[in-house]
Amino acid sequence: MTTGGVAKSRSEALLESVRNSGWDTRIAVVIAAVVVVLLLVQAVQEPAQFASQLVIGITNGAIIALIALGYTLVYGIIELINFAHGDNFMIGSFVGITVLSGTFLGLDFFAPITGSGGVLINIFGVLFALVVAMAACGLIGVGIERVAYKPLRNSPRLAVLITAIGMSFILQNIGLIWKGPAQVPFPELISSANILPSEAVIFRWKDLFVIAVTVPLLVGLSYFISSTRQGKAMRAVAQDKEAASMMGINVNRTISITFLLGGILAGASGVMYGLFNGISVFNVGFTQGLFAFTAAVLGGIGNLSGAVVGGFLIGIIGSMADQYIGVRWTSIVIFAVLILVLVFRPRGLLGDRSAVQGGGE
Amino acid sequence: MARYRRFLLPAVLILLAVLLPFIDAALGTDALFTAITIAIFVMLALGLNIVVGFAGLLDLGFVAFYALGAYVVGWFASTHFNGVSFSLGSTATSLSGEAPDGIHISFWILLLLAGVFSAVCGMIIGFPTLRLRGDYLAIVTLGFGEIIPRFFQNGDNLNGFNLTNGTIGIKAIDSPGFPFLPDSLDTWQRFSTLDLNPWYYTILAMVLVTIYVNVRLQNSRLGRAWISVREDETAAAAMGINPVTTKLWAYALGALFGGFAGAFYGAFIKNIFPDAFSFNISILILCMVVLGGMGNIYGVILGAIALQGINFYLLPQLSTVVHAIGDAVGSAALSDVDLARYNFFIFGVVLVLMMLLRPEGIIPNRQRQEELRDDDPGTGDAMGGGARA
Repeated sequence: MTTGGVAKSRSEALLESVRNSGWDTRIAVVIAAVVVVLLLVQAVQEPAQFASQLVIGITNGAIIALIALGYTLVYGIIELINFAHGDNFMIGSFVGITVLSGTFLGLDFFAPITGSGGVLINIFGVLFALVVAMAACGLIGVGIERVAYKPLRNSPRLAVLITAIGMSFILQNIGLIWKGPAQVPFPELISSANILPSEAVIFRWKDLFVIAVTVPLLVGLSYFISSTRQGKAMRAVAQDKEAASMMGINVNRTISITFLLGGILAGASGVMYGLFNGISVFNVGFTQGLFAFTAAVLGGIGNLSGAVVGGFLIGIIGSMADQYIGVRWTSIVIFAVLILVLVFRPRGLLGDRSAVQGGGE
Repeated sequence: MARYRRFLLPAVLILLAVLLPFIDAALGTDALFTAITIAIFVMLALGLNIVVGFAGLLDLGFVAFYALGAYVVGWFASTHFNGVSFSLGSTATSLSGEAPDGIHISFWILLLLAGVFSAVCGMIIGFPTLRLRGDYLAIVTLGFGEIIPRFFQNGDNLNGFNLTNGTIGIKAIDSPGFPFLPDSLDTWQRFSTLDLNPWYYTILAMVLVTIYVNVRLQNSRLGRAWISVREDETAAAAMGINPVTTKLWAYALGALFGGFAGAFYGAFIKNIFPDAFSFNISILILCMVVLGGMGNIYGVILGAIALQGINFYLLPQLSTVVHAIGDAVGSAALSDVDLARYNFFIFGVVLVLMMLLRPEGIIPNRQRQEELRDDDPGTGDAMGGGARA
């Protein structure tokens, strides 16, 4: 009896929300439904291909989600689109390849790890590259905040955005000077062999690696935000900077830690991107950064779970567009998603800032 | 006499600009090509200044209008659409004496068409974005600015139809000219690459018209409406200003000049391809506006000249100096370095330093200066307004 009553009120609430929705929402829902149906048709026709593409989408989505978290963390705290974040990701991939090469500033620390030295050395190399890149990108993030954003804390928002764009170009050119304009190859440390016995669906060790690195990072971040003192301080600062500082929270330190977290995730993401795709290039941060920003907006900027959901969605949209529309249209599709979301639902799918602020809208 | 004094400096500068080809020929500096390129960017910067400086809407995709203007000229003044043959007042002729392949319309008509087409596109892009907050609006314009060149890049096979010829782009665009002039003025009949004077005077006239329109706009009803919407949209709306049409006018007029500049660029360079319209160009133009002084016409012109001057003169000069040092020290890295490749490093530094030290630019607009120096966050954004409407 009670369950029936709940179901009835639920359907009523659904009808109510449909009745209250504007035309733009209805059109958006219809378009999304059509796209999903078309994809399902493809899935039924060629399930193996669809599943393989889905795996690639999820893996790319994990890489994008980690970058998107950096955008969303910073936006949640100081309402800045940290344009340099994508380029920080690029620097992360360059730090990763430098660690693997074993040579820095002309000094040989150890022999380059190229994948020929056995499994243990490979695992050690990947972990070492990840840790160094995470540390470096975290510090770069904090440094940029100190130098470029902190003096502008009270300036018009767009002045800070212009500074962020400037920092993005500076980082991009540091990458250009460091590694040159050509694509930088990564060694094949993680096997591209299929894990699954059947040949139809492709799930490679690389895909497993990305998931295996991403999930602990997400769990760790979630624990940090929800259960530590510093995470609580972050949520408080995101809600109200002045009130937080009156409660004795060190706002500047909290903002620095936010940039540190964003940088750490971007560093991990950069190394994974390089190992997964086998290459990195100095301007990869621009496109990947925009994809990640799209993901953050799609999920609802400032909302941490939104960034993760958005990241996976953008990854899947990208891989589906690769397969069914054409690789060269993928970026146009994702930028179109960005524009449509910003224009028709700037709050994103899950609503903005609710996660960091510790409540709904 | 005193009331004419304020015209003295502009008059001297215009006279210098008019005499530049003669000075250049006398000194043998061969600077006309550079001067024309700089003038194109002065026009672009003035166009962006309407959007960013006057109306306070940060546009990160301004290159889209530049590209649209160039492609309009590319489509309608070349052999690209070789299935049809149509000529209208064009300088293009074919060797056989028959009507040439493709659409060939006079540059002067296309110039207007390109401007109007860009302006309409500016309004189409602007319309859905106007209810967004400043930084979201910037990202949407960035998205459009990325989509349009990528569309041109992929547009060589739209269901089998070749609209843009892909990464190769459109080649051999017709020269502008006045075919009806007597033969004694043959360099004006059809502009050639050998004599750059007609090109120079054309772009100079275009720049002067742009400056005139900008100066007149600044203190017009519309210009003051832009200032009020920029400073406080709600108060402006309460005073009877329609923020939507006001902002749309800014987009349309900015795009108009972007389209003009693109059309001239297409005819001047003759070969256009999508890589020439990257995000970097948007930022370069923005950098000019920020460096010179948002909202100040003279500042923006100075910014454009300064940054292109760095591009064309300072960096090659510095490169030779660094090469000499590298040779002296014996460092191969220094003697082979190409500083011009890293110009965007310098532009990035310029953006950051200007925002940190002098956000109002070299020659500030006094009103913008007050807004940018305003430390009270309670009064909303001086650029782009406060909350979403």
